[in-house]
This record gives sequence, structure tokens and C-alpha cells, in this order.
Amino acid sequence: MGCVTRPQPAKASMTARIERPLSPHLQTYRWTLTMALSIVHRATGIALYFGTLLFVWWLIAVSSGPTAYGNVQSFAASWIGRLIEFGYTWALMHHMLSGVRHLVWDLGYGFKPTEREWLTWAALIGGILLTVLLWVVAYAIGGGR
Amino acid sequence: MSAQNSSAPKSMRTPLGRVRNLGSSHSGTKDFWRQRLTAVAMIILVVPMIVVVMMLLGRNQAGAAQILGTPLIAIFVLLFIIASVWHMKIGMQVVIEDYIHDEKLKLVSIMANNFFSVAVALAAAYAIFKLSSGV
Ligand code: HEM
Ligand code: HEM
Repeated sequence: MGCVTRPQPAKASMTARIERPLSPHLQTYRWTLTMALSIVHRATGIALYFGTLLFVWWLIAVSSGPTAYGNVQSFAASWIGRLIEFGYTWALMHHMLSGVRHLVWDLGYGFKPTEREWLTWAALIGGILLTVLLWVVAYAIGGGR
Repeated sequence: MSAQNSSAPKSMRTPLGRVRNLGSSHSGTKDFWRQRLTAVAMIILVVPMIVVVMMLLGRNQAGAAQILGTPLIAIFVLLFIIASVWHMKIGMQVVIEDYIHDEKLKLVSIMANNFFSVAVALAAAYAIFKLSSGV
């Protein structure tokens, strides 16, 4: 704007609102998968942030002794505990794959519409698949008892 | 968008569009780089972490303590904690800077973020060290 020379506005219009072009507001865009998953990436990042508290609780319990560890284990085996663990696994797997997508973009690749869509679907489906796979293995190994 | 276009027109950016000094984050691109660095570190570390978690599932405290106190495993867990806490601290700061516009509240939130992250890292490291010294 600074380099455009245009007639100086008259004194009276100085206080009037200057009509400048605005970028379209967020609501006017059609929702796309990439947009939705961009928010999911942020949401999973925040969830993982607070999830580290549980990780620390668990580590401290292991180092504290059988009683403390028993408490963690009974919480982990409750339905809410299982739900949190499952959610944490998915958040981590999804955020990781979605993060790989960000790294690919950072390197300057994957910006064509089809590539964008493909990367995003891969993160979405890959995250769910990895989560289910890990839980199947976990139960097969005996984590579910 | 990329710089492949060699006959690109001269920049349309005005001087105000360019960043001054270290920009509004006051830390330049250091955090951006470190967030990528820690992200790549975690991609590498997530495989050993999954193996460790799988080894621990269903064990009692004595078994878990013994496994987590093994040097190699303790080192992997420590590395994962360092990478994730560093990464999540930067990430949360970005989120705070995006949504909180009140300058004082922003400073308080960033402080809280730092305190939380350091506390998480230290507590986890303490537990691992305690397990590793065989107590
Ligand atoms: C990445 C693959 C992971 C899988 C498949 C997985 C799976 C599980 C499962 C099945 C349990 C229940 C264990 C039991 O009841 O004995 C569990 C517990 C738990 N997980 Fe994970 N987890 C993973 C990663 C993580 C990570 C990275 C963290 C922390 C940052 C974490 C934190 C916890 C905590 C705090 C518990 C409860 C303690 C326990 O029961 O041993 N998990 N996980
Ligand atoms: C496992 C591998 C991981 C990878 C590859 C990864 C990758 C990334 C990347 C590339 C970003 C930047 C996104 C952007 O510029 O918009 C990011 C943001 C973030 N990550 Fe991760 N991350 C990982 C694990 C984690 C973990 C374990 C946590 C928490 C404990 C976490 C928390 C966050 C947060 C809070 C943000 C900021 C969200 C935002 O700005 O929208 N990440 N991650």
C-alpha cells in the first residue's frame, strides 16, 4: 500500500472508514478435509500435552512401589482408563502421521491438490489403522489380561 | 508458490510486511527449527517406545521397575521425554500466541506453559533415575 501514490483524501473524509479489500472470512470457505485435519492436528497436540501428566504419574508410580503402581493399574484397567489410553494411542499415531505431512510440506513437496488430499487421507486412515493394530498386538501380548 | 519460477515478478511486499529483528515471537525461527527437530526425533523414538510399552503391559511393579531400570530402555525413555516435552512446550506456546491477545494473560500463560513442561520433564527424569539406580 505504501508505494501506491493516490490523491490525498479530502480533509472531511479523513475520519471515514477507508474501504480496503478484505480477505474472505473463514466461514465463507467450503470445508475441506485438509482444513478439518489441521484443527485435529492442533487438538491432538494439546491432548498429548496433558496426556504427559498420566505418563509421569505412571513412571512415578513404578518408582514408588507396589501400592502406587496398583492404583495406576486399577485406574488403567477401568473403562475410563482404557478409553483414555485408547484415545492417547490414537492421538499420538494420528498427530505423528499428520506431523509427517507437515514435514513433507516444510520441505516444499505435496502442495498439488491431489497430493494434499492424498497425504491427508493417509494420515487419517493410517492413524486409525496403527491404533487398532497396536491394540490388537497389546491384547495379544497380554496387556488386557 | 515455491521459488521454482525463475521469472518471478519483483516482490510486491512492502517494507512493513518484512519481519523486523526477531519478529513478534522475539525468538526468530529457532523454535520453528527445534519443533521440527524434536518431531523427527520422536518419529525415530516412537518405535522403541512402543516396544517398551508392550514389554511393560500386564507386569507387576517389580517387573516394570526392573525393565524401566535397564540402561538402554531408561535412555530411550529419557530421550523420548526430552524430545516430547521440548516439542510440546514450543507447540503450546504457538497455540497461546495464536489465541491469547491480552499481553499480560499471554505472559502468564507462557510462564505456566514453561513451568508445566519443566515440571513434567523433571518428574519423569527423576523417576527414571531412581529406577536406574536400583532402589
Ligand atoms: C504407542 C503405543 C502405545 C500403546 C499401544 C499403548 C497401549 C497401552 C495399553 C494397552 C495400556 C494398558 C496396560 C495395562 O493395563 O497393563 C496402556 C497403559 C498406559 N499407557 Fe500406553 N500405549 C502406548 C503408548 C503410550 C505412551 C507414549 C504413553 C505416555 C506418554 C502411554 C501412557 C500410558 C499410561 C500412563 C498407562 C497406564 C499405566 C499402565 O497400566 O501400565 N502409553 N497403554
Ligand atoms: C510422534 C511424533 C510427532 C510428530 C512427527 C509431531 C509433529 C508436529 C509438527 C510438525 C507440528 C507443527 C505443526 C504446525 O506447524 O502447524 C506439531 C505441533 C504440535 N505438537 Fe507435535 N509431533 C509429534 C508428537 C507430539 C507429542 C508427543 C506431543 C505432546 C506431548 C505433541 C504436541 C504438539 C503440540 C502442542 C503442537 C502445537 C499444535 C499447533 O500449533 O497447532 N506432538 N507437531
